[in-house]
Amino acid sequence: MSGIARDAAELAAVQPLRPAEGSRWRGLVLPVTALALWWLLSSLDIANSALLVSPAKVFDTAAEQVASGRLWRALSASLAREATGFTIGTASGLVLGALLGLSPLFNRIVGPSFNTFKQISLFAWIPLISVWFGLGDVAKVVFLSLAALVPVVVNTCDGIRTVPPGLLEVARVYGFTRWQTVTQVVLPAALPAIFTGVYLALIYSWLATIGAEYLLVSGKGIGNTLIEGSEHFQMDLVIFGMVVIGTVGWLMNASARALERRLARWTGRAT
Amino acid sequence: MSAEAELRAVLQRQDPAPTRAPLPWRRIAARATDAALPWLLPVALVALWFAGADRGWISAQVLPPPQFVWDTLRDLATSGDLWLHVSTSFTRVGVGFIAGTLLGLALGSAMGLSHRFEAYVLPTFNALVQIPVLAWLPFVLLIVGIGEPLKYILIAKAALVPVALNTLQGFRQTPVALREVGQVYGYSRRQQVMEIVLPHAVPTLFTGVRLGFTKAWLSLVVVELVASSEGLGYLIVYGRQLFQLDLVMAAVIVVGAIGYAIDRLLDRLETAANRRRPGGAR
Repeated sequence: MSGIARDAAELAAVQPLRPAEGSRWRGLVLPVTALALWWLLSSLDIANSALLVSPAKVFDTAAEQVASGRLWRALSASLAREATGFTIGTASGLVLGALLGLSPLFNRIVGPSFNTFKQISLFAWIPLISVWFGLGDVAKVVFLSLAALVPVVVNTCDGIRTVPPGLLEVARVYGFTRWQTVTQVVLPAALPAIFTGVYLALIYSWLATIGAEYLLVSGKGIGNTLIEGSEHFQMDLVIFGMVVIGTVGWLMNASARALERRLARWTGRAT
Repeated sequence: MSAEAELRAVLQRQDPAPTRAPLPWRRIAARATDAALPWLLPVALVALWFAGADRGWISAQVLPPPQFVWDTLRDLATSGDLWLHVSTSFTRVGVGFIAGTLLGLALGSAMGLSHRFEAYVLPTFNALVQIPVLAWLPFVLLIVGIGEPLKYILIAKAALVPVALNTLQGFRQTPVALREVGQVYGYSRRQQVMEIVLPHAVPTLFTGVRLGFTKAWLSLVVVELVASSEGLGYLIVYGRQLFQLDLVMAAVIVVGAIGYAIDRLLDRLETAANRRRPGGAR
């Protein structure tokens, strides 16, 4: 299976599937029941109360975090880092991917090394990065860029290399220069694949943001909120952090999907 | 081969006047150059690494000499420490991955076979999927403690998600035409599933399992980095704490090599499974 097909499958695995049938109320049954059960259990006071916090307590913590501005500070710190790392990683990924896709010689020289490099589990880089770049923002941004880089390179390169030969033939017939062929034929045809890479980069860099805050503990961020909650046995804070992280991830997913639909319509019209 | 090169090759083959065949030694030289190219970059990097360590451009604390890393790797292997950590990690990833895959297959096929079950469960599942493994970690940590169950649960969760989603997708994508054929032949529901839906879903299902392994392996490293006193991830953290970068790099190499080997194995299996799919020869 080629890299691109695998990434498409990977994307499918991070995108929520739509239920086949309408009836939305059925989807609410499970969460509402769980919430009621949770509320009941915590009010009965039968289990370890430090861990089984009541929904009301979580709500209070959430309100306090929002009102005190702590949520905003943590979230903006995390998102600023993510944006920086994502931008750097995506930009360099596009360049590297385009070079790998367009130049057979460059691909022959760099491709195998890159493929070996990307096998190394992303988080395994953190200890090395921490030695080379410290524990501060620089190290985190380096790590995030790395997380964003890999999917962009893979998909850009594959997208360029799988341009239908028919299109290239047309370009030849019309006597396009190499530059015209690349900008007017190859890149537009590779655009959906490139977008898949960027989309994955967005998701990976968000995961990496949380990971970086975990493993390069210093500074403030939404991941640090989680760690704090865990260290002080504050289940309410932990649950609040999880909900925030999940919501941000969902929002990123949803906006990228909306963009993708628009892009699909645009490329559909162009061809 | 790029599409362009392929095209050029086709065009050349149709050339009515064949060009003179290149001299054999030139062809051999060209092939040798082609084979050597991928080694250019790694060899240059390693040479630079050797030279840098030798001339003292970089301190050993920042980048230990390659000889150090190699020695550490050999020491780890011969002292048996490596096998201890590898087997711990394998147990974790094995238990977590198998449990997650089985649960994912069950959940995915239940959702794929029953629209009602899907309507009840999928929205909640989708919401929970948005929370990454690292965000689950403190939650599960507070509930089950820092022991082995923590690792099993998180690795299982990581594997479960892609397996369940791909299974559901695989069950959903049965072509209508095939389903109609089943109806024409008066298949029972069981026959429909066993003979039409399932065979058609196998490749997608396998993709899910493979992705599940990738995620499980990634999560293993994360979990061991954060909360463990054994295993390959721990070895990395331990080396970092002692400022033994040679140990860190040796452990990273082992993690990469094992991940790569298993990925290759699953790739082979996947290709084999794809070859057997109905209409897979297309």
